[in-house]
Amino acid sequence: MNTPDTPRPVSRHPMVEAWVNFRRNWAALFGLVVLSLIVLAAILGPVLYPTDPFDMVWAPFSPPGAQGFLLGTDYLGRDLMAMMLNGARVSLMIGGAAALVSIVIGITIGAVAGFFGGLVEEVLMRFTEFFQVLPTLLFSMVIVALFGASLPMITLAIGVVSWTAVARITRAEFLRLKELEFVLASRAVGSTKFRLIFRVILPNAAPPIIVQSALMVGSAILFEAGLSFLGLTDPNVVSWGQIIGSNRLYILDASYTVTLPGLAIFITVLSISLIGDGLNDALNPKIRQR
Amino acid sequence: MALLQNLLIRSFYAAVLLLAVLILNFSLMHLAPGDVADTIAQSAGGADPEMLAQIRAEYGLDQPFLVQLGRYIGGVLQFDLGYSYFYNRPVTDLILERLPATLLLVFTAQIFALVLGVFLGAMSAQKPQGWLSHLVTFISLFGYSAPVFWTGILLLIAFSLNLHWFPVAGMRDVTVEGGFWVQALDIARHLVLPMITLASIFIALYSRLARATMMEVLQSDFVRTAHAKGLPMRHVVYRHALSNAMSPVVTLAGLQFSAVISGAVLVEAVFSWPGLGTLAFQSIIARDTPTILGILFFSALVVIVGNLLTDQVLRMMDPRIRGRSA
Repeated sequence: MNTPDTPRPVSRHPMVEAWVNFRRNWAALFGLVVLSLIVLAAILGPVLYPTDPFDMVWAPFSPPGAQGFLLGTDYLGRDLMAMMLNGARVSLMIGGAAALVSIVIGITIGAVAGFFGGLVEEVLMRFTEFFQVLPTLLFSMVIVALFGASLPMITLAIGVVSWTAVARITRAEFLRLKELEFVLASRAVGSTKFRLIFRVILPNAAPPIIVQSALMVGSAILFEAGLSFLGLTDPNVVSWGQIIGSNRLYILDASYTVTLPGLAIFITVLSISLIGDGLNDALNPKIRQR
Repeated sequence: MALLQNLLIRSFYAAVLLLAVLILNFSLMHLAPGDVADTIAQSAGGADPEMLAQIRAEYGLDQPFLVQLGRYIGGVLQFDLGYSYFYNRPVTDLILERLPATLLLVFTAQIFALVLGVFLGAMSAQKPQGWLSHLVTFISLFGYSAPVFWTGILLLIAFSLNLHWFPVAGMRDVTVEGGFWVQALDIARHLVLPMITLASIFIALYSRLARATMMEVLQSDFVRTAHAKGLPMRHVVYRHALSNAMSPVVTLAGLQFSAVISGAVLVEAVFSWPGLGTLAFQSIIARDTPTILGILFFSALVVIVGNLLTDQVLRMMDPRIRGRSA
């Protein structure tokens, strides 16, 4: 019962409230701005700066600034600026897509395990444990080596090996939530299992999964960089890791061809981690009360 | 007694996991386009279909899937992981030759990261707003975000190429002659940079967790009691609080073994460290499937043994876990 003289707290949509909290965190905002700039550069860069990243444009090892090449040229005389801009597309795209694959697998396995419990849970969690035992990078190297280094295969190879953390978090949330009253109520009015899992419980389990997903994008970008550093990448595209891998024998002649792409990866992943930390603080009710 | 029983149960799980890895290995080999017969034919300079069929019959490749799987597992039980047609040597020999280098790198990096991470975390937990605490935040952000091979190359440029403090690549210098200690010192000099590079990822993780648990433990009643008894600050922090804050960090470290091996592959590539990672890299370039799968099996073995060891260490360290069964 509401008496008119006690003011009701203004109720806002939880996402609005999360944004209000997120906005207070300057580090997270900084990460968001930097990441937006990088994404913008990846989308517009190759259009505004149409030099072919595979073309030999000038003498090899020209330092940054020489002859109007802002970032210089690499060991084959290719324009590093063009390589970086085109590389941004591949690195971000594969990072995002691979993270999406692992999030979908992880949520499905974690949700089913947590919701059904019993033997289903036992089997699925043993399956998860099995994947945790295999060193992820080696496993995906094997997949790429056996089935070919096309971009979709690389995306799949990264996604298939890195879903275990998402599955564990999702399962833990489902175990916590599934006996709560709102779920029982929904069950009592006859909701289907599918509806219970995806419409009733999952939205309430979202905060920790969202935070983990943000971090997954960062680690997928690092993962792709590692694979392409080792040369396990589509030879017809440029990515940041691949620039470092192909130039690493020439660090004495042109260290910038290695340090600059690495810096790009570092800044991208750093801004994603800052956003992840901000999301964690914004979505975590315990911290919010402080 | 409980310790031993637990070890037995754990070992049984470990064996089941390894069997699963073997089945996965074999299925991957089976699914991948091309087989051993193709590889042999290729190295012989091509073969007609008849000869291919002959090779397949000779190696049992025409048998049903399950029969072949049984043979593969039987072979592994006798330490036979197949034959590398690229190196012309048994895979087991190749791996055992490279394993010590990887184990040395992986374990020293883990221990270094644990010691430094816990130390940094414990120090900074006492002053959450102090400069050390900010340093821990900075280190953990760097460790999370920097690609490990890039960190390695930066250290290489700074300390090997410019300052000449450490050798550039490899594990030992062939020109160094001398007794055991001279050789050990030579290996240690080569080990420093790869170890620090690999540890950089995990120092981040451990110091963060150590700081969080230490801050929690320092607020607990028994620490207040220890203070009230008049024990010196250092004694309270490093004897009472730290031994209680250690077990979550060790648990986390145990879960990281597979990540450490993944990192080691990249670090080995940067520093030409002659371990399993370098072998994996070379055999992937050479499309040497038996060797690649053998390495995957062995690295899973290292992870499982690492997990078992961590579990035992935890049980010895923390009486609260000892009673619990697996």
